[in-house]
Amino acid sequence: MATLVIAEHDNKSLKEATAKTVTAATEIGGPVHVLVAGSGCDAAAAAAAKLAGVEKVLVADDPLYAKMVAETMETLILSLADKYDAILAPATTNGKNYTPRVAAKLDVAQISEIIKVVSPDTFERPIYAGNAIATVQAGAGKKVITVRTTTFKAAGEGGSATIEKIAAAADPGTSKFVGEELSKSERPELTSAKIVISGGRGMQSGENFHMLDKIADKLHAAVGASRAAVDAGFVPNDYQVGQTGKVVAPELYIAVGISGAIQHLAGMKDSKIIAAINKDEEAPIFQVADFGLVADLFKAVPEMEEELTKLGY
Amino acid sequence: MKVLVPVKRVIDYNVKVRVKADQTGVDLANVKMSMNPFDEISVEEAVRLKEKGKATEVVAVSIGPQQASETIRTALAMGADRGILVKTDAEVEPLAVAKILKAICDAEKPSLVITGKQAIDDDSNQTGQMLAALLGWPQGTFAHKLELGDTDAKIEREIDGGLQTVDVKLPAVMSVDLRLNEPRYASLPNIMKAKKKPIDEKSPADYGVDVAPKLKTLKVTEPPKRQAGIKVKTVAELVGKLKEVGAI
Repeated sequence: MATLVIAEHDNKSLKEATAKTVTAATEIGGPVHVLVAGSGCDAAAAAAAKLAGVEKVLVADDPLYAKMVAETMETLILSLADKYDAILAPATTNGKNYTPRVAAKLDVAQISEIIKVVSPDTFERPIYAGNAIATVQAGAGKKVITVRTTTFKAAGEGGSATIEKIAAAADPGTSKFVGEELSKSERPELTSAKIVISGGRGMQSGENFHMLDKIADKLHAAVGASRAAVDAGFVPNDYQVGQTGKVVAPELYIAVGISGAIQHLAGMKDSKIIAAINKDEEAPIFQVADFGLVADLFKAVPEMEEELTKLGY
Repeated sequence: MKVLVPVKRVIDYNVKVRVKADQTGVDLANVKMSMNPFDEISVEEAVRLKEKGKATEVVAVSIGPQQASETIRTALAMGADRGILVKTDAEVEPLAVAKILKAICDAEKPSLVITGKQAIDDDSNQTGQMLAALLGWPQGTFAHKLELGDTDAKIEREIDGGLQTVDVKLPAVMSVDLRLNEPRYASLPNIMKAKKKPIDEKSPADYGVDVAPKLKTLKVTEPPKRQAGIKVKTVAELVGKLKEVGAI
C-alpha cells in the first residue's frame, strides 16, 4: 500500500522538511503521495509534484487549512487514511502538533522523530535527549511516523506527479487561529542553513548577539542560541537549538559562549564540522568540537569578522 | 473549574544516562528519579490558576510504579489538591497513557488538562495531543502563555517560526513549553501539608485500559560518539582551518 507524506509549507513555497520526509517515505517503499493542506497553496503543491519519487499530490485548498490547525488537520488526514499503510509528517512544530491526534484516532502508537529506516516496519529514534538510540518495530495497523529531517537527504527534483484536488473535511469548530508573530529575517532558516552560528549565556545580552549577526551575514549563516540564552531573554524562542528546541545538522556549526549542556548537544551534534569559542577550556562543548578556541568571545568574534573581511567574505 | 495535571516520574535531568550492556534499555537501577521538568511547569501553571481564583481544584495524576506516588506528592507540595496514582510496573506507551487519562477525564470532568509537551525519557511529545483527540477536545500545544476565559482559552504557542496564538473552546488540553513560567520550589511547610493530602490508588484495569505495548523495542544502543578535534590558538588559525576543510 501507499505512503502518505504530509507537506510542510507556507502556501507559497514548500519547505525542505517535506523533501526530506519524502526520502524517508521512499525508503519505506511503495508509492508515495503527498498531501498539501493549505489556503491558496497551488505553488506549494506544484513544488511537491516536482519532487523525485512522488506519484501523486493531493491538494486540500481551503481557508480551514491556512495555518494547519491541529483539529482540522486531524479530520482531513483521517478522511484519507484508509488508502494508506503509512502516514509520515516532518517533526516540525506543525507535524508534532497534528500527527499524534491522527495516531490516537487510528489506535496505533506513533513513532516519533525517526532518524533511520531500518526496514519497512523498523526504525531508529533517539530517546533520552539523544543519549540513547532505540530501534523499534511497528505493530499491527497503520504506521504513523514523524521524521527528524536532519538525518535524511532532501529528495531531488525531476518528478512529475499528478495533482488531485480534494475536498476539505469537517471542521470540528473547537479551535481557531488568532494570530502569529513570526521572526523576520533575510537569513536562511535555522533548520536548513548550511552554516549556523549560535550564542549562549556567554553572550551576556541580546545586543551582543548583533556581533553574531555580522558574521552570519558574511557567511550566509543562520543565527541560533542555547536554551540558556533564550531563557535569559537575549533572543526569541525560535532561536533555540537543542533537544526541546530545533535540531540542526548544518555543514558548519559555530558555538560561541556555549558551554555545551547535554540538551544543547542533542540539537547540534550531527553537524558536519563544529567550531567552538569559549573562555572556559573545560567546557563540554570542546569534547565535540572539531576546532576549539579558548578565548574571550568579546575579543574573538570581532576579530573573526575582521579575518573574514580580509579573506573577502 | 477543575484542572487536571498528569505528572511523570522520569530519570532526573542531571543524571548521565547509561545504556545497558545487554541493549535492552537504559540503566535505571539506583538512579535519581524526579518529576519530568515540563510537568513541573504544568503543575506551576495549574497552581497559579488556582491562586488567581480561576481554578477551583487541581488534581495531579501519575501512571507508573508505586514510587510515582512521590512524584504526585511533589505536585501536592507545589499546591495541587489531591492525587490519583494509576499503579503499573509496565512501561506504558503514550497512547495507553492517553486512554487512561481519557477515562479519568470522563469521571473527573476537568475544564482544562495541562501536560508537559514531552517527557525527557522517551521524548515522544504525543500524550497531550492523543488525549485531546480521544476526548474530541481542542488543544494548545507548546504553550508560551495562557489567557484563560470562562468558556475558552487563548494559548500562545512556541512554533518553528516564532509564536502563534490559538483560541480553543473549553474543555481543552494544553501542553506546556519551557517559558510558560518558572516552577516554584515547594516550601517545607507545604511539603508537610502535602503528606496529608489524599492520593487515590487505581490500576489501568480499573479504567479498562490494556497497557500492553504496541511497539516492540528491538534494542537500545549508544549513539555514535563524536571525537574531540583540535584546539587552535588564534582566531586567524580557526578561520584558516575552516577554510582548509571547506567549511566556509
